Amino acid sequence: MPQPPNGAGVNDFAFKIGTVNGTGSASANSLLMQAIFRMGIPVTGKNVFPSNIQGLPTWYEIRVSKDGYTARPEHVDLVVALNTATYAKDVAAVRPGGYLLYDSSWPLDDTLIREGITILGIPFGRMCVESFQGDRERTLLRNIAYAGALAALLEIDMDVIGEMLREKFSKKKSLLDANFTAIKLGYDYARANYTCPLPFHLEKMDANKDSILLDGNSAAALGAVYAGATVGAWYPITPSTSLMEAFKEYCERFRIDPATKQRKYALIQAEDELAAAGMVIGAGWAGARSFTSTAGPGISLMSEFIGLAYYTEIPGVFFDIQRTGPSTGMPTRTQQGDLLSIAYLSHGDTKHIALFPANPAECFYLAVEAFDLTERFQTPVFVVSDLDIGMNDWMCPTLKWDDSYRPDRGKVLDADALERIQRFSRYFDTDGDGIAARTLPGTSPKGGYFTRGSGHDKHAIYTEDSAAYLEVVDRLARKLVTASTAVPAPEFHAQNDASGAADIGIISLGGCHAAVLEAVDRLRHDGRSVDYMRVRAFPFAPSVREFIESHSRCYVVEQNRDGQLRTLLAIETGIARDRMTSVLDYGGLPLTADRVVSGVLAGERQTGAPEYPSVRSAVPTMSS
Amino acid sequence: MTSITKPPVRHPSLPKNALGLTKREYEGAMSTLCAGCGHDSVTAALVQALWELDLPPHRAAKMSGIGCSSKTTAYFLRQSHGFNGVHGRMPSLATGANAANKDLAYIGISGDGDSLSIGLGQLCHAIRRNVNMLYVLENNGVYGLTKGQFSASADVGSKSKRGEANVQPPIDPVLLALSLGATFVARSFSGDKAQLVPILKAAMRHNGFALIDVISPCVSFNDHETSTKSYRYTRNHYHDIAPVDFVPLRREISAEIPDTSLVAVTMHDGSIVRFRKVDSEYDPRDRDAAYAYVRARQAKGEVVTGLLHIDENAADMHGVSGTVDTPLVELPYEELCPGSGALAELMEEYR
Ligand SMILES: Cc1ncc(C[n+]2csc(CCOP(=O)(O)OP(=O)(O)O)c2C)c(N)n1
Ligand code: SF4
Ligand SMILES: [Mg+2]
Repeated sequence: MPQPPNGAGVNDFAFKIGTVNGTGSASANSLLMQAIFRMGIPVTGKNVFPSNIQGLPTWYEIRVSKDGYTARPEHVDLVVALNTATYAKDVAAVRPGGYLLYDSSWPLDDTLIREGITILGIPFGRMCVESFQGDRERTLLRNIAYAGALAALLEIDMDVIGEMLREKFSKKKSLLDANFTAIKLGYDYARANYTCPLPFHLEKMDANKDSILLDGNSAAALGAVYAGATVGAWYPITPSTSLMEAFKEYCERFRIDPATKQRKYALIQAEDELAAAGMVIGAGWAGARSFTSTAGPGISLMSEFIGLAYYTEIPGVFFDIQRTGPSTGMPTRTQQGDLLSIAYLSHGDTKHIALFPANPAECFYLAVEAFDLTERFQTPVFVVSDLDIGMNDWMCPTLKWDDSYRPDRGKVLDADALERIQRFSRYFDTDGDGIAARTLPGTSPKGGYFTRGSGHDKHAIYTEDSAAYLEVVDRLARKLVTASTAVPAPEFHAQNDASGAADIGIISLGGCHAAVLEAVDRLRHDGRSVDYMRVRAFPFAPSVREFIESHSRCYVVEQNRDGQLRTLLAIETGIARDRMTSVLDYGGLPLTADRVVSGVLAGERQTGAPEYPSVRSAVPTMSS
Repeated sequence: MTSITKPPVRHPSLPKNALGLTKREYEGAMSTLCAGCGHDSVTAALVQALWELDLPPHRAAKMSGIGCSSKTTAYFLRQSHGFNGVHGRMPSLATGANAANKDLAYIGISGDGDSLSIGLGQLCHAIRRNVNMLYVLENNGVYGLTKGQFSASADVGSKSKRGEANVQPPIDPVLLALSLGATFVARSFSGDKAQLVPILKAAMRHNGFALIDVISPCVSFNDHETSTKSYRYTRNHYHDIAPVDFVPLRREISAEIPDTSLVAVTMHDGSIVRFRKVDSEYDPRDRDAAYAYVRARQAKGEVVTGLLHIDENAADMHGVSGTVDTPLVELPYEELCPGSGALAELMEEYR
């Protein structure tokens, strides 16, 4: 297995801060990340937090990559250990030759002593006790003090930090002063006592001009606003809650009638996920663009209603922000464990459209697309994100909007259209694409029909007749085949544009993307020939099957134990599951490139593929 | 169910309502329920009430769950959209539909199994949100469609068809609704069309959640001597406390002889509901008194019927949340999308 590029350098390193949940470290951490971002340097931040309000350990990992890699790093060069309860874990996380920074207000704990790393102590606690009044202020400002020390050690631009503090506390002068004092405490102490900066540090770049820092849940919510969604119903669950909260915030900004102050949206906190699903379906039936956001446990509860919407052909968008299952699992850890349940959710023969965004920007665009697809195909559409995408701030291209966009409302007959036809039959496939026209309640006396989850014929009339039943369910199957050609196509990252398939074909989806891209670069750099296909939607486009068929060695990279994507690929393409090798990572943390590289190489060794010498002389460049 | 479409038979003699429609046009498909089933009588009362109200059929939305009772949405208003959802979850479908289009008349039909067991939570929360809809609970004390198991409304001692006695205390939807703050609560009997029709009309005009618990005997599984939800038991223990008279907006009401036992409540749209107080101490506007009264009579084995409580001043779901007057489904997309300029501005906050 190749080692990660050792010897971190300028604008190419990672550090991690270990604190206690509920002590206010989050704002210091995002201050650091945002400052680096504003210095024009590509940066990623991952919050590893507990399912707890106060007292349990929490970490924040920041990776700086001049080459623009955004996956979680496997190794960290510097650990800031501020939580005595996790000292042992934190000191072990430092890469050989790396640094550990601890609060030296207390004597150095034995657990922190380790050969081969440099230990730096700064008395953050004591300095804050001496400079500030009150427990709360001292605790909060200790975070700002470590940010100041990191600014000195890593050479974060103090002007940028100053500007951010002024933006944040523009209305609270006393807080602004205290924050400046705290920043200076850490900064000055580090400068006075240690050689600053460290060998790995920051230098201004200009790589972020057209980038933003945004989390996937906010982006998805914004997508719902831009798509024209008016009804949202939900039941709180980590990590999906911030999606609805963001929707509310954006609506309060963009959807209030200026004259009457009334709302152009309905947001309902339901009594549970069953009700949330029912409300989404009821609203979709009545003609609104409606949606919910949930996580695995909610998906399980929504199952019966999803089958109803599938069979009665009602639109609705269901955001699933996956977390670690099964059952309650690890609510604050990430996973891709809901793929199989979503694809065929509910009893009987069902199949659903699912979209797999890989980053927050795509959460925005695919949210809009989900609303179009759900109305066009009159069937529930899932947007399958995860905790890592949903809750972490990602660096991504600035979101753009095309004002010529108009919603695709699908085949909806209005009163005029109804006048022109003899008889309206709800489930009649006039166009041969499997999609029948619908009417909205209230339209006209000619448009009425009876929606029922019980057996129905093409006129929406109750039936227990095999032929009449088959006609409808077989059309539904055809409809989903049509959908496979209309959903977002896979994204291909081919080694050679023209000269045929590479030896290795990697298949992945969603939040794995950043790590896979980096791994592909490394594998190619090591002389392997690799093509990569990122699946963006289910049911799979025909090109998905072609990709697998044209690669003799396929690796399916995903974050669950059982290789759910691989199973889905096998079921849907008919290609044997054994033809594809799983590369899995499902411990709950975001995927790293190392895991992908080592997984693929392990598979290559088994197939007897030739070993290539490591030729890592320069830093690999990012693939397109 | 027949698949032959018959040409509509015109009866020139049938009376027409203000929309020029006969009662026929408020009917639906042929019922497939057992002959004598109480639910069919409720359907007939509904047809009468909706016709009298001059409701444009296509402006109604019929919502139901699963059960014999829930099937009946197919048996009236054939021109309306109907939605026969999943068992016990009609309230959420109706809530979502109402959120999207508040201008339709929502008619919810449910059963005691649908509402008081599997769907109890959804019923409670629809009451709590005061979703503007009619909610008819066709209460027969059993699960009709699954062939006669006790429901949560069966009284203690009430016997099943096989003679087995119910031992668990019942959930009374009226008391439940009163305690949850329901703004319109009534009880009636499928066999008393004269009482049921005006109550249905008043409920349709109520701006909020209007619950009517209708005792509706199941002739196949629960209409025998020892059942408290049988025709006989209900008739014998029936006590109409507040006979209702519904006065639509356009009817002149000034030349009435003053009657001290008459109470008039002006509905949201200006129409008037009047009821005669049989018991002088009873006032349906007083929630606590209504609760106490129903409890006291129940202790004597009486089934108190009529309009039991009304609060016409409470805001419905939209009023509480302050949504725009235009139904959300009618808002043009241009009013919903903030556009590229707003997005560009917003993006500056994420740098
Ligand atoms: C999830 C689910 N569980 C069980 C059933 C079976 N089921 C159908 S109707 C019904 C009871 C209906 O009772 P009620 O609402 O009182 O209606 P009634 O037939 O008495 O009018 C049950 C249990 C179902 N349809 N769905
Ligand atoms: S089983 Fe009972 S409730 Fe169902 S239709 Fe027959 S009489 Fe009515
Ligand atoms: Mg029943």
